[in-house]
Amino acid sequence: MAMRVVTAAAELLGAESLVEVSSAHIDGCLHHGDGGVEFAEALVEGGGRVVVPTTLNVGALDLLHPDVVRADAHKTDMARRQMEAYVAMGAQPTFTCAPYQVGHEPGVGEQVAWGESNAIAFVNSVLGARTERYGDFLDACCALTGRAPLHGLHLAENRTATVVIDATAVPEALKSRDVFYPVLGTWLGLQIGQEIPVIKGLPPTTTRDQLKALGAAAASSGAVALFHVAGVTPEAPTVEAAIGLGSRVPPTSPPGWESRQLRSLPRTVLLDSGSVRSALRRLSTAGGSDRIDAVALGSPHFSTREFRALHRCLRGRSLGVPFYVCTARDTLADVEAAGIADELRSSGVEIVADTCVVVTPILPARNGVLMTNSGKFAHYGPSNTGYDVLYGSLEDCVESAITGDVVRSQEVWAW
Amino acid sequence: MTDSAAIEIRGRPLILGEGRGPLLRLTHPISFWGGVEPTTGRIVDPRHPEFEFSITGTVLAIPAAVGSSSSSAIMLELLREGTAPAAILMGKADAILALGGVVGREIGYEPIPIVEVTPGDLDRLPDGAGVSVHADGRVTVD
Repeated sequence: MAMRVVTAAAELLGAESLVEVSSAHIDGCLHHGDGGVEFAEALVEGGGRVVVPTTLNVGALDLLHPDVVRADAHKTDMARRQMEAYVAMGAQPTFTCAPYQVGHEPGVGEQVAWGESNAIAFVNSVLGARTERYGDFLDACCALTGRAPLHGLHLAENRTATVVIDATAVPEALKSRDVFYPVLGTWLGLQIGQEIPVIKGLPPTTTRDQLKALGAAAASSGAVALFHVAGVTPEAPTVEAAIGLGSRVPPTSPPGWESRQLRSLPRTVLLDSGSVRSALRRLSTAGGSDRIDAVALGSPHFSTREFRALHRCLRGRSLGVPFYVCTARDTLADVEAAGIADELRSSGVEIVADTCVVVTPILPARNGVLMTNSGKFAHYGPSNTGYDVLYGSLEDCVESAITGDVVRSQEVWAW
Repeated sequence: MTDSAAIEIRGRPLILGEGRGPLLRLTHPISFWGGVEPTTGRIVDPRHPEFEFSITGTVLAIPAAVGSSSSSAIMLELLREGTAPAAILMGKADAILALGGVVGREIGYEPIPIVEVTPGDLDRLPDGAGVSVHADGRVTVD
């Protein structure tokens, strides 16, 4: 059955052949209805086993803390069966949208089949492995067959940048801050949709967490599956390499070569202060609010480094509003072992594992204003939770949550 | 005035099958995930021009599908719940929506035809007309 689905998909996509993949990340654990459960259980009954290392995306439940999610008994039961079916097929019970933070890191040029938009952007862009945008069912069938339709971003010729984003004008102080990257990603997704950008002018010290936040936001506001950052990501040692010029430039240019090349150069889009400010505004639907009712962090799932930063910010103080941090169970185990998790909990932090606040009912049923440092939560929060959102830095979120009065540092945006 | 009963269009079948129903033409692309509620078959995206229309039992003409790859999961749930359209005509083939049909067929839900039809041919179909979709990809007005 899985092979029939993969070959049917290949025909639909116009792929002429299949490619062997070396890993998979399945975004099929989330319960949308009972058909998804019947599909997964049919695969199990047919003896389906994954043939490549496979991680699982979030489900609709926190299996470690069952009381966190408010769902009726039927949905809870079906959501659990759906998660368990994929584990029965041999997938690792990671239940995270950030498998790249729990040891699942394919290498440059590796062919893989990954689902979940932020994970797709990360594995393509930051790790340099190759996947198309796989969704429900097809990612699982690729894991069971070890094959994927050979098309799109699996092919080197489709991975070159088609637009240059020039961020050199952005002040270095802003580019060094985590709070800049979801804003950049949001603008990027709106600006370019499905195109492949190469961004120039970001510091070589740009962190993985910053790239993660950039990709997740760009894959929410747009459909960005691959971005290059010149001097930072593996397929973009230079802008020229990312746009595919490097290897094609002859050592001595024949007559007329320059003008011919110039015509095929991708366009350049300048990132100016007006664009940054408008993307920043767009991330908040409650921009004028001076009170918040809850805070949610961890989309994509919080990394150990982000937990440490939160711990430093909080300094043992007590929080005045509900404060959720979503993460992978493996990351939670790390921060438990480091002794941080208990200290955060005693301050009032609720740590959610295996799922997150925008895919399943976790937030208090009364609506209000949700503050977040995540571009993805800011994007999906209003439609999926009913809360208005307010975007700010990690520090802003913590300071605001102490009393519920909004604290937002504005000076970093002065440009 | 053309005789609409004489209209016959040939499309490319993405999912084979037969179905008939009144034509519902969407004037804007749609993401099934976040756009259609599978238990009711209604369009729930308030920004969509056909907000609150029911797609159940219609021959649904869509210029294009957009948005989340979870739309294949919503397609599957529509088939399971019996709230799916009778057939789908797409101006631009979409693998994600069709994949929901492939999986539905695999697990034994009643299939519906999904056929790619050129946007020009889609325009030839009269709004609200009874339309039949045949197993070979032909689309006729009843």
